Amino acid sequence: MRLVRLAETARPAVAFTLDGAPATALAGDTLLTAILANAEHVRTSEFGDGNRAGFCWMGACQDCWVLVQGEGRVRACSTYVAQGMAVLRP
Amino acid sequence: MNERRSDVLIVGGGGAGCSAALHLAQRGARVTLLERGLVGSQATGVNYGGVRQQGRHPAELPIARRARALWGRLAALVGSDCEFEVTGHLKLARSEVEEAELVAYLDVAKAHDLPLRMIGRNAIHREYPWLGPVVVAGSLAPDDGAANPRLLAPALARAASILGADILENREVTTLAHDGTGFVVTAGHETFAAPVLLNTAGFWGGKVAAAFGELVPVAPMSPIMLVTEPLPWFIAPNLGVVGGNVYLRQIRRGNVIFGGGRGENDPVTARSRVLPEPALRSMHLAIELVPALADAQVIRSWTGIDGAMPDGIPVIGASTTTPGLLHAFGFSGHGFQLGPAIGAILAELVLDGHTDVPLEPFRIDRFAATIDANKGDNA
Amino acid sequence: MTVAVVGAGPAGTRAAEVLVQAGLRPVVIDEAPDNGGRIYQRPPAGFRRSDGDLYGTEAHKAQALHRRFDQLRGAIDLRASTLVWDVRPQQLLTLRDGRSETIGFEQAILCTGAMDRVIPLPGWTLPGVYTLGGAQVALKTQGCAIGQAVAFLGTGPLLWLVAYQYAKAGARVAAVLDTTDFATKAWRTGGLLRGGRTFLNGLRYVGWLRWRGVRIVEGVVPEAIEGDGEVTGLRYRTRHGTHHIACDAVGIGWGLKPETQLADLAGVSFAFDPVQRGWLPVRNEAGRTDIRGIYLAGDGVRIGGADVAELAGARVAWAVVEDRGLPVDHAAVARLDRALQRQAKFRQALDRAFPYPHRLAAGMADDTILCRCEAITAGAMRAAATAEVNRTKALTRIGMGRCQGRVCGPAAAEVLAAALGCPVEQVGRLRGQPPVKPIPMRTAAAG
Repeated sequence: MRLVRLAETARPAVAFTLDGAPATALAGDTLLTAILANAEHVRTSEFGDGNRAGFCWMGACQDCWVLVQGEGRVRACSTYVAQGMAVLRP
Repeated sequence: MNERRSDVLIVGGGGAGCSAALHLAQRGARVTLLERGLVGSQATGVNYGGVRQQGRHPAELPIARRARALWGRLAALVGSDCEFEVTGHLKLARSEVEEAELVAYLDVAKAHDLPLRMIGRNAIHREYPWLGPVVVAGSLAPDDGAANPRLLAPALARAASILGADILENREVTTLAHDGTGFVVTAGHETFAAPVLLNTAGFWGGKVAAAFGELVPVAPMSPIMLVTEPLPWFIAPNLGVVGGNVYLRQIRRGNVIFGGGRGENDPVTARSRVLPEPALRSMHLAIELVPALADAQVIRSWTGIDGAMPDGIPVIGASTTTPGLLHAFGFSGHGFQLGPAIGAILAELVLDGHTDVPLEPFRIDRFAATIDANKGDNA
Repeated sequence: MTVAVVGAGPAGTRAAEVLVQAGLRPVVIDEAPDNGGRIYQRPPAGFRRSDGDLYGTEAHKAQALHRRFDQLRGAIDLRASTLVWDVRPQQLLTLRDGRSETIGFEQAILCTGAMDRVIPLPGWTLPGVYTLGGAQVALKTQGCAIGQAVAFLGTGPLLWLVAYQYAKAGARVAAVLDTTDFATKAWRTGGLLRGGRTFLNGLRYVGWLRWRGVRIVEGVVPEAIEGDGEVTGLRYRTRHGTHHIACDAVGIGWGLKPETQLADLAGVSFAFDPVQRGWLPVRNEAGRTDIRGIYLAGDGVRIGGADVAELAGARVAWAVVEDRGLPVDHAAVARLDRALQRQAKFRQALDRAFPYPHRLAAGMADDTILCRCEAITAGAMRAAATAEVNRTKALTRIGMGRCQGRVCGPAAAEVLAAALGCPVEQVGRLRGQPPVKPIPMRTAAAG
């Protein structure tokens, strides 16, 4: 887990899966938050220089694209988590 | 008079012009090349990167064969392989009519010693399980491949410079003339003179030819290219289709580069622009060919300006009006592979007076009758 | 034909307000699901913190803007969660829910906002390193800190504001490292300016962080963000030597840069701005450009902050109203022009107080990843340095990735210019290509 929840922790829980494993987020989490509340990274660089965990949080840097089954590629920082989402980290 | 003299003056720094500079410099000729922007800014630099012989007009095959040999030793020639890779070129049929066209081409290929292997409906989906159901057959040219188009002209130009060629960028030619003894070309305040002039100016080759009284029906064309984000590598061959409305390849870094459709352009400013509708259509056609691409993202698109001829093959060879002027332009969207060989052939024409490659089909005056007939309309 | 407003932040909201007032029904497009832009971004439904918690001293402005926007909802054609991916003459190409739709316009006001300007340093691609703006968004709209112990590095108002907001929210701030010499003194000097409220706020944040015992270092030269697979610390230099602090997350940023891609695709002329050290789209005081029907306002043109964006948004909308031949409230326009002139002075003072440390960018080590999309190093760029940045991009792939050089562009220009020994404006600017952000292959053209 990379993020620290400091506020707004009373929201309802949302169950999703991350690379097939069950994971929990809170309603209103973006996928970036949801993933980083459960794991250390969001994607792996295609060019062998390691893992990434997003960068700008505002849809500009394009460094947090993940795959949601049935929805295709989505930008984690600008997509909200939903119950039952199956998220795959590329 | 303040003019720069050389043995050969080249107008246009694409693949053909830069290769001509290199081949001439290799044999000791003093060469000056004038490029309006940076070398390889237009058709040579922004095309799809196909190094393809399969499917070419029969008249082009002898040049393409020769070019393929040059591509094989490009690293030795220019110090960079320009990311050339022999991936094979798989041309796909999406109907029985298209399949018949592939079969018919086998004889053309055989006549030019181009190895081709026909792959039938069952085999093609077995060998390439990622192809979409729209594909009914294919023909594979194992010796074909692809390269990075952004690297070719700069690499050729650099190699030519090392051998003493003057590669002058940001020199837009303003006037062209022959003063009875040689060519005099101005670019801004500078004047250049040489007994031999090579016209390798792409679409603008038509303007150069016109300056010497040769009218050619060359039109600007801007093929649209798109690229996806990097994906796990799975598409080995360079893919084309009968009819050519989409073509697609994946580079080792993972990006899928594909093309199809035409953008808009303004030859006066040399600007060109991708248009959204044909770009979206290319995306649709690419997914039909390789359905796994449906989940990918397109990250950029681009185009440039090439010269298109009515019969789809270039003008190559001597001027009919002006001794010492040689043309090679109007490659109609498929000159990238030919470029290195065009330069070699032009160098032979200049220094030896002949070449072994038959150039008759590329004569500049092949449209003369049509143009004369149309003159009344254009007036 | 309609007026389109791209971006529903401070500039876009005030533009829409004026247009509606003039009897028009603009199409308002924003990539986010709701209005507010980045600065006044609204948290998702179900979040409970007060506006005071979220927006601090700017809470009343955020409230006013949100209230106004809510009142406008019925009078505008709002297209939320919609990306404008290309601009054609009198047409916006938009993408929503996987479908591309062309929206025709007679006038388009582009209020595309800004993002952090960053300087790559070793380790900046590690999980746990975010922009200052990103760190702020995490806290503001998600209630999260980017790590257990967070170091903030960079310069400018956002550095101190975000550090303050983190500490206030209960996060452990490992250090605030400002690359500007005497940065805290600059806050004090600027605060003496009449109406220099931004400076006074800065001074307040510095004081508060000091009082809380947060480590504050000025004039640092960052060396590396350390860690193997995740952040473990940050190494920097001062006059006194090399120092190390332990942390598991870092927020970095050196001011903001405008998101100019749509103006670029629209064909607007750009000019080099020596103060902001970048190429910016050219527009006149009213927000008109040299392209028919294209108008610009807010941080998407030139960084001025939210207050300026509100004023500029309203001002540019009056220009549109005038160009449509509708009655103009000239007194309102004159008020806006005066207010914008006043603000410009503060902005200059701010830009001078916290200059972009371009030498830091120019001097980055050869093995530093410069382009994070394509993982291309500064050394690769230097090895292929040519006189023009787009040619170097063509040779190296720097700026060719998913973000098209949004992130690395300013630093890449500095690296290239330094390698060539020429002024940074001489290497030119990275040209944008459609789509301005990735779009799915399966995007289908609607209707």
